[in-house]
Amino acid sequence: MLDKYEGKAIGITAIIIMVFLFSLLYVTGKQKTDVVECVPYDKTYTTPRINQIDSTTYQVFAVAKMWNFEPSQIYVPVGAEVDFFVTSGDVVHGFNIAEKNVNMMAVYGGINKTTVKFTEPGIYKITCHEYCGVGHQNMQAEVIVNYPNNY
Amino acid sequence: MKVSRSLKNVILIELFVPITLLILGIYHGLMQTVYRAGVIHQSSAVKLDYYQGLTLHGVINAVVLTTFFAVAFGHATITYYLKKEPNKKATWTSLILMVTGTLLAAYAMLAGKASVLYTFYPPLKAHPLFYIGTAMLIVGSWVPLFDWLNVYRQWKRENPHTKIPLAVLGTLVNFIIWFTCTLAVAYEVLVLLLPWALGFKATVNVTLARTLFWFFGHALVYFWLLPAYIMFYTMLPKIAGGKLYSDNAGRIALFLFLLLSVPVGVHHQFSDPNISQSSKWVSTILTFGVAVPSFITAFTLAASLEYAGKKNGAKGLFGWMGKLPYLDHNKYMFGYMIAGLILFIFGGLTGIVNSSYALNNVVHNTSWLPGHFHMTVAGPVFLAMIGMSLYLLSALTGKKIFLPKLNVVVPYLWMIGVLIFSAGLMYGGLMGEPRRTNLGMTYLNPNHELYHPQWVPSTLLALAGGIIMFAAGMCYFIVFFGTIFKKKTQEAEVYLPDSESYHDEKYIPLFNSFKPWIIMMVIIIIIAYVPTILDVLRLGGPGAPPHLPSSPTPGL
Repeated sequence: MLDKYEGKAIGITAIIIMVFLFSLLYVTGKQKTDVVECVPYDKTYTTPRINQIDSTTYQVFAVAKMWNFEPSQIYVPVGAEVDFFVTSGDVVHGFNIAEKNVNMMAVYGGINKTTVKFTEPGIYKITCHEYCGVGHQNMQAEVIVNYPNNY
Repeated sequence: MKVSRSLKNVILIELFVPITLLILGIYHGLMQTVYRAGVIHQSSAVKLDYYQGLTLHGVINAVVLTTFFAVAFGHATITYYLKKEPNKKATWTSLILMVTGTLLAAYAMLAGKASVLYTFYPPLKAHPLFYIGTAMLIVGSWVPLFDWLNVYRQWKRENPHTKIPLAVLGTLVNFIIWFTCTLAVAYEVLVLLLPWALGFKATVNVTLARTLFWFFGHALVYFWLLPAYIMFYTMLPKIAGGKLYSDNAGRIALFLFLLLSVPVGVHHQFSDPNISQSSKWVSTILTFGVAVPSFITAFTLAASLEYAGKKNGAKGLFGWMGKLPYLDHNKYMFGYMIAGLILFIFGGLTGIVNSSYALNNVVHNTSWLPGHFHMTVAGPVFLAMIGMSLYLLSALTGKKIFLPKLNVVVPYLWMIGVLIFSAGLMYGGLMGEPRRTNLGMTYLNPNHELYHPQWVPSTLLALAGGIIMFAAGMCYFIVFFGTIFKKKTQEAEVYLPDSESYHDEKYIPLFNSFKPWIIMMVIIIIIAYVPTILDVLRLGGPGAPPHLPSSPTPGL
């Protein structure tokens, strides 16, 4: 019933799809690229604060509100590994550090988590990229990576 | 064939209402590129606020136009191919519900009481009439499905063992997808949001509402796309002067859409909390699956067009590309379809980027996204819809096209505009430019502390593209409304170009029956969505009180 030529085309397609899926799985595992981590809701995440665990490990509990982020300036040293826990105090907001591919939604009643390492000094802007009302375009915060090279 | 006066009027109203509203939708499309490029640094222009206009742009262009058109085109295909008219009462009930719903929602948006964008994510709260209007529009679009199924069953009894015409199969598949996915959004709107917006319920579960929205939201894009696909399969080869390469390929593609359109919605929520990574992985894989019918379509259409080009006298390997009726103003539908298909090459490929799990971190909610979907919904979908609206208008009223030579360049002008516009948006998106943001107020305002000069070239590129798109849109309105005001010069009747298939393929029962496919669809939806919904209910915290877009304090 199946044409010989057609059969070959279907076979090659199946192989390409498998190679494609394998590469994707492989890269996700190898590069540790992943989507946001899923943390069950707990009230303690809703208080904005920065915890220093050791010299290079930080935890940032960020709360997005109409129309600012708390904390709004986050100072960490070069080489710091930062866990961001993000939630919202009101409507849905976005939490985007474009240079580091940190990309999360801040949602009331939900906790988002991702880990990122800052290896280069600089000022990394955190931009709200979800419409959150009339002040949306004002909503930005920053991660300042300067220590030990103060400038 | 002749159609009754009643059906003719229903179809004409269903074309006229959204195309008239589209003037407002396209106007604000242009205005957005103006604000975003920092040409104006204000929150509103000509009494229309940026976010209010953005809501109108999204709701009119992506929901009202597409839903009205799908229903009108469905009436035309069912009537033409099954040679039976749908029930008069049902068609009018559906029309009245849809028009009333649209007017209610339009009132809420124009009054500035529903600037919540077309995704209306809670706890941003709109005027209750916005939710009621949207629900009426959706329910109105359900009515024809059940009526068409009656017509279809009757046809099936009279014609057993005959292949279902491809266009009818497509229309029914499309509305079965639509009915399934809108059940979720109807639940969201009527059960979660409306009582909350009226003040009967204090809080709403935000992630649950978002999950229900995206159960609908991604299937919605296939609801936009399938009328265009029906035209590509059944009309494009004929208009190009050839035959459809394989009719069964079309059937397989349409049934694959039935299986995979709905269960992929979670790929819009890769950055959301309360949904586990495994649910997101399942969604990635299923989304790659839904790319398959689009690839099948691309190759089948290319083969059909190659055949047409060769029949028109083309030689060599690529000669057929030059022998197609690109600028033949008697075959203007070809231009509307091919321009859309060229855009869709880029639209489809960028879509695969978006759905690729962690790669989504790079682009999620940046202007890359509108860059992508303007090459899909504002590409093949929009062009096929406005082209077919003109075609049906001309056929049903017996009027010739106004300014046919202008009409034939509209799709190409639009295509060039979209390519420039989307290139600008995607370039900006890769540099972190956010979507849905009045950039002109802050990020593109040199006098503001948040000024971000990196985004100047990208937003200017989008502005240039936006101006070209606007010009193409205006030319289309001149042609459309000019045609309405012409005198009747020919017989008023419905005729849809119907391509023969190149290979005479056997009747395969599996490809001519809905039941097995619907059962499989339900199973896949359960596999994809039950774990997701359980995650949302298990991991989520308290519900949120309502917020107006203008105030940080909760309240109605």
